[in-house]
Parts: sequence; C-alpha cells; structure tokens
Amino acid sequence: MSTRHDVKRYPGLGPLTVLFFAYLYAPLAVVVIYSFNANRIAGVWTHFSLQWYASALNNAALMNALKTSLTVAAAATTVSSMVALAAALAIVRGKNLRFRKLSETIVNLPLLLPEIVLAVATLILFSLVGMQNGMLKLIIAHSAFCTPFAFLPIRARLQGMSLDLEEASADLYADRWTTFRRVTLPLIFPGVFSGAMLAFLISMDDFITSNMLSTGGTTTLPVYIFSLIRSGTSPELNAIATLLILASLVLATAALLAAARGARDNA
Amino acid sequence: MTDSALHATAEPERTPRIRFWHGLSFWGLLPSWVLMGLALILPIAIIAAVSVATRGAHGGFTWDFNLAGYRHILFNEGWTGELEFTPQYLLIILRTFVLAGATTLICLLFAVPVAYFICRQPPGRKAALVYLVTLPFWVSMILRVYAWMIILGKEGTLPRFLEYFGAPAGLSFMFNDGATLTAMVYTYMPLMVLPVFASLEKLDGTLIEASHDLYGDRWVTLRRVILPLTAPGIIAGAILVFVPSLGAVLEPTLMGGGKQMMMGSLVQLQFGGGRNWPFGAAIAMTLMALVMIFLIFTGLRTARRGTAL
Repeated sequence: MSTRHDVKRYPGLGPLTVLFFAYLYAPLAVVVIYSFNANRIAGVWTHFSLQWYASALNNAALMNALKTSLTVAAAATTVSSMVALAAALAIVRGKNLRFRKLSETIVNLPLLLPEIVLAVATLILFSLVGMQNGMLKLIIAHSAFCTPFAFLPIRARLQGMSLDLEEASADLYADRWTTFRRVTLPLIFPGVFSGAMLAFLISMDDFITSNMLSTGGTTTLPVYIFSLIRSGTSPELNAIATLLILASLVLATAALLAAARGARDNA
Repeated sequence: MTDSALHATAEPERTPRIRFWHGLSFWGLLPSWVLMGLALILPIAIIAAVSVATRGAHGGFTWDFNLAGYRHILFNEGWTGELEFTPQYLLIILRTFVLAGATTLICLLFAVPVAYFICRQPPGRKAALVYLVTLPFWVSMILRVYAWMIILGKEGTLPRFLEYFGAPAGLSFMFNDGATLTAMVYTYMPLMVLPVFASLEKLDGTLIEASHDLYGDRWVTLRRVILPLTAPGIIAGAILVFVPSLGAVLEPTLMGGGKQMMMGSLVQLQFGGGRNWPFGAAIAMTLMALVMIFLIFTGLRTARRGTAL
C-alpha cells in the first residue's frame, strides 16, 4: 500500500511536528547559548566565555538560595513521600474503608486548587499563628502540595500489584512489618521512587508559594531568580539558568526511566 | 468531576482475603488528614473568613463582618461613602478568562496534530518523542518564562532577528497580553499533548478505515470519528491547561508587566505588604469558585457522556 492511499495519514503532520519540537526546545537553547556570551547585554553576542559560570559559582546569595531550596525540597520530599505512602496503602489496601473517596480527593486537592489561593491562604494562617521560622513554613506548605505528586505513582503501582505475594508472606508467618519491608516495599519501590522524584522537582520549581512565604533569610532558588530578573537582566542569570536546566533534565530523565521500568515490571 | 475520572480507572473493589491490612486504614490515613487539614483545609477556611473581614487601617484586617472585599471587585467607594461602578477589576477577571481560554485553544490546536503524528510512529521512536514532549515541562517554570523574556524583550533574539531584515531598532514585544499568552502556551503545552496522545493511542484504527470505506474523506473522518473518540483526552487536557492558566501568576507578572494583570497576579499584589487583604482574599475566593464551577461543569458533562455511551 503506497502512503498516498494510507487513509490514516494526514499530510503535513511531519513538518508540523518538527516545527513543534523546535518550538519546545528553541527557547531553552537560546538561554544556553547566551550563557556563553562574554557581553554583559545578553542579546548582543561578542565572544565565547565561561566568565558568567565562574561568577555564578562564586555568588554567595545564589549558593544560599540553592541551599535553602535543597533543604526545603529534601524535607518536603521526605514528609510528602511518607504521608503519600501511608495514604496509598490505606486507600488501596484498607478494608471496608468508609472515607476512601473523600480521603483520595483530600490528598489530591492541591492539584485542583489554584496555587496562588493556597499560597495566600497559608500566608494568612502563618501570620495569624505568628509562626516565625521561615524554613518551617516553607517545609509545611511544600509538603502539602507535593503529596499528590508522590501519591499518584505509588497508588498506580499498588493497584497494578497482586495481593498473592503479600498473602504468601503472611502464610509463611512473616509479621506485618517484615512483609511490608521485605515484600511490599521492594515491589512498589519504583512507584515510591518516581513519586519522590516528582515531589522533589515540584518543590524545587515552586515559585508562587515560596514567594509568598519566604522571608529575608529563606529565599529559595526560584524566588532568587525572580529577583534577579526583576532587577534587570544580570548576565550571570543565563549561566545559572543553564546549570538548572541541565540539572532538571538529568533528574527528570532519571524519574521517567524509573517510571518506565515500573510500568514494564507491572506488565 | 476529576475525582470521578480518577476513580474510573481504579480496579473493581477487592477486599483482601486476610486480616493483614486491618487497622491500616485509620493509621495510614491519619498523616494525610493531619497534613491536609493543617496546611490546606484550615487555611482555605481562614481565607474564606478573611474575605468577609474588615480591612485594617495599617494593612492586615480585623474580624468584623464586612462585604467590602467583594464589593470592591465591582465598585469603588468614594470619600463620602457613595459607590461608583469601576470596571477595572472586572476587566482583569475578563482578561484572565480570555487568556486562559485562548491558551487552551492554541494548545489544543497544536496538540491534536502533533499527538496524532507521534501515535503513528514505530514504538521506539514513539516513546522517544513522548519523552521529548515531557522533558521541557520539568525545567523550572520561571526559567521557561525567562527564556521568552530574552527572546521577545528589548535587544532580544526576535527583535534582533527582525532588525536584520530591516525592522526599526529598539523593538520589544514584551509587556502586553500577547507576550503573556505566548509564555502561557509555552509553559502549559505538554499538559495538553500528553492526555490527547494517551486518548489517540487507544483509538481503534479500523474505525478510521471504516469511515473511509463509507466515503468519508480525511476531514470528515477527523471531525466525525477521530475527534469525538478522543474527547476524553481533549477534555482532560483542557482541564489540565485551563485550570492552572486561570491561576497564572508568573506569566502576567513577568511578561505582562505591572499593568496587564490577571487574577493570580492581582491576588499576589494585594498580599504584597500593607495592601488590601480582604479584597485579595475575595479575589482569591472568586478565582477558586470559578475553577470549581469549571471542574464541576466538565465533570458533569463527562459523566453524562459516559452514561450516554
């Protein structure tokens, strides 16, 4: 059958798709290319230089923001993964669960609400309570909105898993904890891992909530970048952006590979 | 609504044969109830209360019931207390809707053909292309918006490129609704392509052949067979793009400049220190209500469609 008569083929889609991918990646490429530009004005190319990388790596404010972001993301990932794991086990495996649907909606609620609403709501709560610890505020808020991202892959994994192995383990006199540790957890680990990766990336990426809650001492990376953009384009910004783009691409690839392996094991 | 969509894919209920997981339900759900109760439900209840509180003299608010926050969306209070209709904030709400709607439509317009093309690739290449669609989404949102600032801004890539072809120097495409829209389409595009792709992949190819056997040309087949059968993916994609678009903050703040606000950036501004908290809370509640109405509406439509089939 010649392709001309292939009824499922629509002409022009190939070039359109090529253009589409160019559109997806060109803006990122522009940032990367300009990061090697020696000129202070990002848009005017003079010659290749690594000087902005050097000055970015020596920027103490940037490193502090990075440290804050990593600390918040690590804490939020830990909390949200544990909360999500417990909730997923209860929702998928729990017996005669009365509030199953409601609980699931509650866990997924951050996905349905506009983030800015949640951000200002949390800001009001913390100011009413008079909470001063900026780091703690960020960790609590991040843990809440990261939970659904950690929850969904674990739930998917648990739903695709047969109960037989856990029952076999119980038949062999393993107690609950041993069964969980030696049978359940290893089996759902790909889900837990990709959920944790997602939670980590979502936390690192967050601007809206962090911008509302962050105080002088606890500026996260996106909030710091926002201030750089606002204060006029700093030439270091492109170098910082390039490093971050690279880091996200590597992390995302790891998470997606883990998810793909999980899906393959399940099949 | 989306909740029912989440449950639609769940396995039929199966009760574990052993008492192994007994007692798990309560202790397993406790942490999530505590976390969501403290960091989600309580704050939302408080912001609902603040939206009907009274604005404090020096920022903040006092707990006196007052609908001024909501009234301020439509009316401006003069010195003598008379109300004057001001369309300023109504225009921001309207802009929010128009930009979110336009973002959804433009994403859809590109997502359907691209997803269809990806679907028809051999498995290996298909997986690679889906991966390439997903990848930019994991780059920090603020950086994706920033990339468009260097492309469209003064001395940016696009003005320089046009200057080369004789356009006047010093062009800038920033600080207008078009710039905001450009950044929004770019940031939310993967959220449309992926569900449409998932839906197209389930499409039975023989139905397309059947349509052609019945003398339907490509256009008729697209309109009468392919699009109706991918409706679930299109609706899911529309929800995933439209809902965050309504709450967009970064795009209007950075690309639209100070004046072309959307509801999200307006809320942010009201909490920027010493501003009008009850008014900000009222706008936030309005935004949340609009999102909920949209979700319930699409959920009901999907449910009706489901029973009709």
